[in-house]
Amino acid sequence: MFGNACQDTTVKSLTRFGKGEGDGEFIELTLEHPGLDNAAWKLWKPGQFVMVRPESFGLDPLMGRPFSITSADEEQGISIFFQVMGQGTRKLASLKPGEPVTLWGPLGNAFAVRKDTPTLVLAGGIGIAPFYEYVKRHEQPENLRMIFGHRPPLACYNWERAQGVCSCEAHHETCRQDLMDFIALIEETVPQYCNDGLIIACGPLPFLETIKKVADQHGGRAQLSLENRMACGVGACLGCVCDHKTEGPVSVCARGPVFWSDEIEL
Amino acid sequence: MDMRVNIAGLELSNPVMTASGTFGYGVEFKRYGQLEKLGGMVVKGLSLEPRAGNPMPRIADAPAGMLNAIGLQNIGARNFVEKRLKLLPWGETAVVANLYACSASEFADLAAYLSEQEGIAALEVNISCPNVSSGGVLFGQDPSMAAAVTRAVKDRSGEMPVIVKLTPNVTDIASMAKAVVDAGADAVSLINTLSAMSVDARTRKPRLANVIGGLSGPAIKPVALRCVWQVAQAVDVPIIGMGGITSAEDVLEFILVGATAVQVGTANFIRPDFAFRLVDELAALVDELGIESWDDYRGSLQV
Ligand SMILES: Cc1cc2nc3c(=O)[nH]c(=O)nc-3n(C[C@H](O)[C@H](O)[C@H](O)COP(=O)(O)OP(=O)(O)OC[C@H]3O[C@@H](n4cnc5c(N)ncnc54)[C@H](O)[C@@H]3O)c2cc1C
Ligand SMILES: Cc1cc2nc3c(=O)[nH]c(=O)nc-3n(C[C@H](O)[C@H](O)[C@H](O)COP(=O)(O)O)c2cc1C
Ligand code: FES
Repeated sequence: MFGNACQDTTVKSLTRFGKGEGDGEFIELTLEHPGLDNAAWKLWKPGQFVMVRPESFGLDPLMGRPFSITSADEEQGISIFFQVMGQGTRKLASLKPGEPVTLWGPLGNAFAVRKDTPTLVLAGGIGIAPFYEYVKRHEQPENLRMIFGHRPPLACYNWERAQGVCSCEAHHETCRQDLMDFIALIEETVPQYCNDGLIIACGPLPFLETIKKVADQHGGRAQLSLENRMACGVGACLGCVCDHKTEGPVSVCARGPVFWSDEIEL
Repeated sequence: MDMRVNIAGLELSNPVMTASGTFGYGVEFKRYGQLEKLGGMVVKGLSLEPRAGNPMPRIADAPAGMLNAIGLQNIGARNFVEKRLKLLPWGETAVVANLYACSASEFADLAAYLSEQEGIAALEVNISCPNVSSGGVLFGQDPSMAAAVTRAVKDRSGEMPVIVKLTPNVTDIASMAKAVVDAGADAVSLINTLSAMSVDARTRKPRLANVIGGLSGPAIKPVALRCVWQVAQAVDVPIIGMGGITSAEDVLEFILVGATAVQVGTANFIRPDFAFRLVDELAALVDELGIESWDDYRGSLQV
């Protein structure tokens, strides 16, 4: 059956985290579920993302903005978790319940799930967004270890949501030494999963570069979720490409956002 | 009203087409609407061989618009024909190939190949891309080079309509239009993006790796209308107008100054079902305004 994967919906709620405690704003935005006309919503998986464009963008900014799907449920709605970065996220932060938003998705691929495989989940900052649901859905949470590196206080990240399912460690970076310690931890932990484990990661580029470097050195493969700037989100504009080692430039929105680290150049 | 329009023998069910580079190879939009609904679609600029395009970042925001420096990344004409064209409903909507090459003879080879493919309805010759170092906009800024490319393409494309796409990055777009029409162009389309730049005062860096890119979107609509108007005074072939269209009213504005059809570009990024919705909105607006025929309305601007 034909179903348009671009839908009009409205804001259900906005929840702010750690306001006043950290630098910046962290918000969970929940949209009314647009219904199951688009059957793909039934099958969405963590790692996939949506393009979001509230009517309040007007003509400025013109392009929608991509966000990982934090959760999606017909009753609860569709949630994204974002950090205010610039003009688009500022406008998202000032939305009120009931305001119209255009949403297209679910888009892109998802993180691999290997139920019986020791899995290292690496989250950097707002890169935690896809992982709340990943760990929650996992059938063998005892196989999961999540390491989370962050600069703003933990209260900014709705950390409780990640807790209680699997092993979760948070590392707060407040000075250069903390960063060095965190990198050392990654360098020590990633190799343990390079043989027969699974490594999945989402976060800022330098964080992903470190993971790729260590995985490459140990002949391991990690899955990295890239956050390139996007315009269409559907593989049409070629604005978001990354370098694929065998295929040349490929669209992150359509072929990713999740790639095996040894298949791409960062 | 009968929404059909005719561009040099190419019949479209309505005047709404999608612009090259903003609608991929068409297949990307199948999840968002029925391609058959569009008057036509112009696919991503094709070269003889695949091209990798420019380094990242390639896109940036601009007030009421965007900048891009994609650099004509594409899978190459042969891959398009073999792997994508058959997935398009080309019997029901016009699929137009957009051509890019580095010399007149390469343009001609490309035109010869594409014009023989069943499923391609017309050729649009891009002599106006500002984002590539060789060829590109240079062909579109020199009337004799533009004419030479047009002639070379016409010679090798048989019966297929040839549309030449013009750049606004010239002092006199009407004389460019005349040059390509005299050289045999069956129609012209305009405008391509405006050469532009975006820089960051804090990081002291350009926002595009290529430094310079092309501005598109509503910000350029006034320039585009002016160009279509001037070209409509200068030539007798059909004009396809584009630049910043984001509503049915915008479509009518372009037709009013002389366009026969329009292309929607950047608005496809506002929402991926944009062009499909526009077809319905246009029909409703035409009814509301009591427009009875395109022939009466086209070029009827009262000055
Ligand atoms: C697949 C995908 C999933 C994403 N998931 C999330 C998520 O779950 N939560 C979240 O907070 N963010 C996520 N992002 C990043 C988010 O899209 C950007 O933060 C947002 O587009 C910034 O928009 P803005 O208008 O506020 O910033 P702009 O005004 O456009 O830019 C402000 C600053 O943000 C930086 N910036 C812009 N775009 C990005 C980007 N794509 N990645 C990193 N920095 C950027 C700019 O360089 C600039 O310094 C994701 C991006 C992608 C591609
Ligand atoms: C991301 C992007 C890629 C483009 N690629 C091409 C191309 O390959 N060939 C071409 O002739 N024009 C290309 N264009 C120009 C558009 O077809 C159109 O002429 C221009 O964007 C103006 O229309 P708009 O304001 O509606 O976008 C591109 C534009 C954008 C934004
Ligand atoms: S955002 Fe357009 S191709 Fe990825």
